[in-house]
Amino acid sequence: MSSTETQQKDRPGSRPPGRQKGERDRAPHDTGMRRREERAAYLFVLPFLIVFVAMLVVPLAYSGYLSFFRQRLIGATSFVGLENYVRAVQDQTFLDGVMRMVQFLLIQVPIMLTLSLVFALILDSGRLRLQRFVRLSIFVPYAVPGVIAALMWGYLYGRDFGPFAQVARALDMAPPQFLSHEVMLYSIMNIVTWSFVGYNMIIIFAALRAIPTELYEAARVDGAGEVRVAWSIKIPAVRPALLLTTIFSVIGTFQLFNEPNILRSIAPNVIGVGYTPNLYAYNLAFIGREINYAAAIAFLLGTVIMAVSYVVQLSALRKERRS
Amino acid sequence: MTSQPLAADPTVGTAHDPADGAPPPPGPGGRVRRRRGSVHGSPSTILTIAVLGAVAYFLLPLWWLAVASTKSNTGLFTSFGLWFADDFNLLQNIRDVFTFQNGIFLVWTRNTVFYAVVSAVGAAGLATAAGYAFAKLRFRGSTVLFAGILGAIMIPLTALAIPTYLLFARVGLTDTPWAIILPSLVSPFGVYLMRVYAAGAVPDSLLEAARVDGASEARIFFSIALRLLAPGFVTVLLFALVATWNNYFLPLIMLSSPEWYPLTVGLAQWQSTSQAGSGSQALFSMVITGSFVSIIPLIVAFLFLQRYWQSGLAAGGVKQ
Repeated sequence: MSSTETQQKDRPGSRPPGRQKGERDRAPHDTGMRRREERAAYLFVLPFLIVFVAMLVVPLAYSGYLSFFRQRLIGATSFVGLENYVRAVQDQTFLDGVMRMVQFLLIQVPIMLTLSLVFALILDSGRLRLQRFVRLSIFVPYAVPGVIAALMWGYLYGRDFGPFAQVARALDMAPPQFLSHEVMLYSIMNIVTWSFVGYNMIIIFAALRAIPTELYEAARVDGAGEVRVAWSIKIPAVRPALLLTTIFSVIGTFQLFNEPNILRSIAPNVIGVGYTPNLYAYNLAFIGREINYAAAIAFLLGTVIMAVSYVVQLSALRKERRS
Repeated sequence: MTSQPLAADPTVGTAHDPADGAPPPPGPGGRVRRRRGSVHGSPSTILTIAVLGAVAYFLLPLWWLAVASTKSNTGLFTSFGLWFADDFNLLQNIRDVFTFQNGIFLVWTRNTVFYAVVSAVGAAGLATAAGYAFAKLRFRGSTVLFAGILGAIMIPLTALAIPTYLLFARVGLTDTPWAIILPSLVSPFGVYLMRVYAAGAVPDSLLEAARVDGASEARIFFSIALRLLAPGFVTVLLFALVATWNNYFLPLIMLSSPEWYPLTVGLAQWQSTSQAGSGSQALFSMVITGSFVSIIPLIVAFLFLQRYWQSGLAAGGVKQ
């Protein structure tokens, strides 16, 4: 071992002198350049890293730290270990909120992503007139802030001057109860779907446009229809984009806050303090003044989101490996 | 090559299994296009009609909003939602929106623009410098750092809002513009996009040539790379702009004085006042017209800058 190492080390020395000289000339220059490059790289990354640490890492750590304490009535805080977490996993309000989001995830996300995929495939097939108009129309709700979308749909759902109620009244029917206990979650699903189908569609559409046409030209020549091409060539090819949109949707779902918080002022009896986990954390921290418990909820929620995103990624990878 | 194999890169290869040796997907920007119309069938009218039916779902709510903002409060209740009332009240409504509570709406608009522009320029600048360094410069620890930043994309920002509020409260930053701007400067997804973009947009040979000529790394970045990175910069800028413009949760918890509110929080407050009832029903048309007015700049920006959306989302989606 050691003998081969020395041999290798010796080898450059046995080169003709002329070339050796040239290498020696360049060597210090190169390492100087490397060092300068490295120093510059740190300087370029540093501003981002400072803000990243201050605004992301520190709050996250602080949230974790807070979650181990509890405010006593006298005003002092004391270390309670995992007590807040034990309370959270037994807290029916929190668990109901999480289960509601799981239900949301299982119903809304597949519907939304299927719509996005179908629209993207239709646009990509080139069989549509008014392509540009259709693409922009579906995308435009994404430009509407979530709060405004929720305000607007709140009025649309409303029984006073909402068009659905107006139509129902004109037909002598009972106005639909969009904001009732049973339907509220679906009404919120509709707002989120309306807002985000276009956004996801554009991501998938962009991925579809990047598939080399050669991949399905041959299939077309062999007589494969548009649906068959979409199913066996296009959809497998955009799997990375589908994964990306799924993960973004998972993250978005568990963070749901704007829509329920806005609709809450219209239907306070339907949307309670813990309708979504995020709403619960907010209400605990700012109305209940239970900051430590809120921190534990937020931390737990973050963990759930990361775990679910990770599972989604993992199962996608496994599927990919199998095929 | 300088760029480390991205954890995500292999998936690009496997995604294209069906034909081994197929050309790799185009670089970021997605503008490198190859597509002839000839492979497609002819446009189908039936399909078009079906899709236009779906388009109605996306457009009708906005149509309703536009129509409703032309109505007086009584008009809202007495006329059909999807068509105009007899009196055209738009100008009066807009005047009401801008003069109510001593013109606070204008203050909210100014705040929103200010928060969004400062945060977006800052976030895009930070992300561009970092993304460029990750893509084009060799330095120790870059792989680990980048993996850490990528992981942060998963962290729900709302889980951070409460601890950030508590930290800001300690140093007296709550209820100031900084409380909105500072947290909005971090865009891990922006760094990811800029890394992907820089890897494709800045040729290594150009950097090498500049180095041999003795240009400093800073000079190379500011006078050569930045120009090539401009489209990517604009994409990240737009993402950050919209994220801050639409933000509701953060300003809701950080701000307590209405004169610092952005539009989202202000309008939501008007709405909850109007729902509380008792004589404040006049606020309905105010909330509706205010909402309508506040989304116009965004929709216009989207339509004119859609090229950047497409390319940015393409880079993110294809390369993931």
